[in-house]
Amino acid sequence: MDTALCLAWFEEAARLVHRDRDRLTALDAAIGDGDHGANLDRGLTEVGKALAESPPGSPAETLLTVGTTLIRRVGGASGPLYGSLFRQMGRTLGSPATLAAFASAFDEGVVAVERLGKAALGDKTMIDALVPASRALSLAVRDGVGVLQAVEQAARAAQEGAEATIPMQARKGRASYLGERSIGHMDPGASSSALFMEALAAVVRRAGAGAA
Amino acid sequence: MVGLVLVSHSAGLAAEAAALVRGIAGAGAPVAAAGGTEDGGLGTSSDLIEAAVRSVDQGDGVVLIPDLGSSVLTARLLEEEGRVVIADVPFVEGAISAAVAAGAGMPLSDVLAAAEEARTFRKL
Repeated sequence: MDTALCLAWFEEAARLVHRDRDRLTALDAAIGDGDHGANLDRGLTEVGKALAESPPGSPAETLLTVGTTLIRRVGGASGPLYGSLFRQMGRTLGSPATLAAFASAFDEGVVAVERLGKAALGDKTMIDALVPASRALSLAVRDGVGVLQAVEQAARAAQEGAEATIPMQARKGRASYLGERSIGHMDPGASSSALFMEALAAVVRRAGAGAA
Repeated sequence: MVGLVLVSHSAGLAAEAAALVRGIAGAGAPVAAAGGTEDGGLGTSSDLIEAAVRSVDQGDGVVLIPDLGSSVLTARLLEEEGRVVIADVPFVEGAISAAVAAGAGMPLSDVLAAAEEARTFRKL
């Protein structure tokens, strides 16, 4: 992954979140406090501004700016959580940012999210999309598949993970106060995590196989 | 003296809780409010919390008292071991206990312990 591709990832993520802003907010209104779409949309708009103001020189720098900006600008729980994901990735990702290095940095980022939110698989949170995505990336590295196939598998795993949150009962955040009534709704954080992975697959596809 | 920062989703709640704490615990300990987002909405702002920490930091440590959700997550990212620490306590009762202990000149660990005692307070 080079800097241009990393920048394109967050441009595309901002576009997808903006497009799905109302859907995410509706998911959050069902079991949360109804601000996830608006918060993340605003946060990613600020990310775009921050990256334009001081253009990063590497994927790692890009991720650090993304993470710090999300922590400062989102205002809801997704800010510190996504902020930790991308900041930890930025701290871990060395150069060159090969697929193996990216997968390893992503895994470290997901661990940081787990540690901060104290959430585990099955709690009906973004972890239920991020962990399957991380596993898919690691498996792709082990199997030596191409970059495009790897990120497409990760995007599919994240989407399946998000859909798998529908029958779950929430054990974290405001939704957990609903008990069994949280069942039957997709977790908004898992859904936005799937959008981040979809954005990554889209920009790799666009850049052409082998460009990452 | 140990400083206190009350972190709430609501600017009004944080400010009024801080006023209540000063009124009950006395003006001894420095107490600051960090509520809501920078544009005045409900939520959490790491910039507001950092500014509040700076305003009450006298070099003896700062206790963060968050309400819930993003307040807790954001506060956790700002913790610095032995210097800026979170008290996992009921918002109002914990803040008053911490302020009384801080106002009496206790060190950070004792202020934290006093705040945590508030978890066991029964009202009836």
